[in-house]
Amino acid sequence: MKASLGFRAGLLSLLIFAAIAGLWQLATQPTAVSGPAMDPEYAKLVGAAAATGQKSAMPTPAEIGATMWKQLQDPFYIRGSNDKGIGIQLAYSLGRVLLGFGLAALVAVPLGFLIGMSPLVYRALDPFIQVLKPVSPLAWMPLALYTIKDSAISSIFVIFICSVWPMLINTAFGVAGVRREWLNVARTLEVGPLRTAFRVILPAAAPTIMTGMRISIGIAWLVIVAAEMLVGGTGIGYFVWNEWNNLSIANIVTAILLIGLVGLLLDQALASLTKLVTYPE
Amino acid sequence: MSMFEDPFDARSLLGRRCSCGGNHAAAGHGRLTASPAGEEERWNRVVDAAVLRAVFPVDATRRQFLKTVGAATALATISSVLPVKAAREAFAQGGAPEKKDLKIGFIPITCATPIIMAHPMGFYSKQGLNVEVVKTAGWAVIRDKALAKEYDAAHMLSPMPLAISLGVGSAATPWTMPAIENINGQAITLATKHKDKRDPKDWKGFKFAVPFDYSMHNYLLRYYVAEHGLDPDKDISIRSVPPPEMVANLRADNIDGFLGPDPFNQRAVYDGVGFIHLLTKELWDGHPCCAFAVSKEFAAANPNSYRAMLKAIIDATAYASKPENRKEIAKAIAPQNYLNQPETVLEQILTGTYADGLGAVKKDPSRIDFDPFPWNQFAVWIMTQMKRWGQLKADVDYAKVASEVFLATDTAGMMKEMGLTPPDPAKKTIVVMGKAFDPSKPAAYVDSFAIKRT
Repeated sequence: MKASLGFRAGLLSLLIFAAIAGLWQLATQPTAVSGPAMDPEYAKLVGAAAATGQKSAMPTPAEIGATMWKQLQDPFYIRGSNDKGIGIQLAYSLGRVLLGFGLAALVAVPLGFLIGMSPLVYRALDPFIQVLKPVSPLAWMPLALYTIKDSAISSIFVIFICSVWPMLINTAFGVAGVRREWLNVARTLEVGPLRTAFRVILPAAAPTIMTGMRISIGIAWLVIVAAEMLVGGTGIGYFVWNEWNNLSIANIVTAILLIGLVGLLLDQALASLTKLVTYPE
Repeated sequence: MSMFEDPFDARSLLGRRCSCGGNHAAAGHGRLTASPAGEEERWNRVVDAAVLRAVFPVDATRRQFLKTVGAATALATISSVLPVKAAREAFAQGGAPEKKDLKIGFIPITCATPIIMAHPMGFYSKQGLNVEVVKTAGWAVIRDKALAKEYDAAHMLSPMPLAISLGVGSAATPWTMPAIENINGQAITLATKHKDKRDPKDWKGFKFAVPFDYSMHNYLLRYYVAEHGLDPDKDISIRSVPPPEMVANLRADNIDGFLGPDPFNQRAVYDGVGFIHLLTKELWDGHPCCAFAVSKEFAAANPNSYRAMLKAIIDATAYASKPENRKEIAKAIAPQNYLNQPETVLEQILTGTYADGLGAVKKDPSRIDFDPFPWNQFAVWIMTQMKRWGQLKADVDYAKVASEVFLATDTAGMMKEMGLTPPDPAKKTIVVMGKAFDPSKPAAYVDSFAIKRT
């Protein structure tokens, strides 16, 4: 019964996809209506749509499929510093995200531990966290460029700053929420504070910390695209921006789908890590 | 571009100028200005002339000598005693650049043609430089990256080095602009739905985009609508939009039009989104637009790299200024690595045979042109407009700032060294929409406008 539910869900997904693609294809079908006859010399100088007096249209799903196939066939080419394959661009973005995220984890987890264990620190830092947390990470970009004076480090900084908050808050929450009984047992057994932290609190708070990380990496992946569109140079965001210059919707849709796919993989990776550290009580 | 005269021509007078102001003999004017020679040959002649001049300081003696023995023998004779070939090579190399691996930032627009094409067409490598041209997303980013020394040199809008030096819109940093990239080459593009509103008086409430606050585009658009009685701050709204985003915004009806750089005017036509209302050359024929800018610090610390870069740019600009090279250039800069545009769009812009968006094919070979000379008069005009629109609040010594930022003397010297003919820096007439500009009276010029923010 369960397998058949999965099968039916898959079938429904396929149906939905087919319906969307079909509607899209219908809506973007090049219309046969031709405007007033154009001078052939003029028509040669403009795009196909403009030659019939129309705006250039959205590409059809078939065109997007063809573009995607072309991009995926050769994802790792390098033709100059401003023209690299989509695979390389994704790798640049992933590298930035992992670096910024890793640095954020290095800061957020210990700090979150401290905040969770000490109500005093929690109270003292709370106003800062509350004010800084809702700031859009991209708002940091001009400030980062101005002070760090390096666009590559600036974009990593932006990733850092956006992924630090969920981890910090979740770690603090997880640490503060460790069951009293467990701590009391540890105290009764005269376990040292460091040992308590690593052997009792950390395993107990790990699932919550991992959830924070999972939220963080999702946000980081959202932000990197925008940051790279702003700064340019390399990365999947730059790819989108570069194709936007060329008004190439087909390439942009390709990038969107790939961004979604990579985001999904990142999320799944952290979800399985969370499962690893969760113990049934 | 004219070149140096042939020093082995008995008729030519070395070191005497033609009445046209060019650095060549009067007799050779027509021939020299008409016949372009190869790069190599031009430089060789510069060296030959210098050697000959050293051997025969008196012109009459040289001519007598050449007449008697003939040019070929003369060259052979002199080469046998003097290392002409080595001199040629030494000149072509110049001093070794202090920094070979350079990064130059650019915005993907046709204004940057010389900066961009110098990469695929080998103008940088000819100077012994290993340049990486980096595509950048917008003017504010290119400014910040240049200020942060991430770029060694950058493509900027010609008012930007002035604004940076004056500390308008950023921290004041001494900046220099040794070469203009292009003249003309911009246009006012309107959405197709406005094709019956060709009179600016009907534009009340329109939303326009310009690439940057400190741009010729902004000043020219303001000038144009103000001449037609509209106040650019009250009757229309002007916003700063990075060039690549202009067509997308026009398509989405976010703006009614833009005064922007190509290829985006032509791209709007290509995509059937807008039409070209007028070319900016119709407002001011020969106006500067974009520039090649370097920080004063970099130029002082790496004089040889700076000179090599400038040489490459002047070379590329000279090459781009020739109409017969334009198709080749369009092909070189169209790929994804550079402008990322359909080749036909670039070809229409560079050759000046273009579709106007209203069904007509227009021909204007000077739609865009390339001329590196940074006239100080340009800088003064730009500053009068900064003053006029309230960007520049304090009083300014127009002539002083102009000569410090627009390095006309440097460029002229470099051009001479390369065997090109620099123009006379004092001779430049600026006429904008029929009104003459006197660079010696900038304050009076600002006061002469009815619509201003001073």
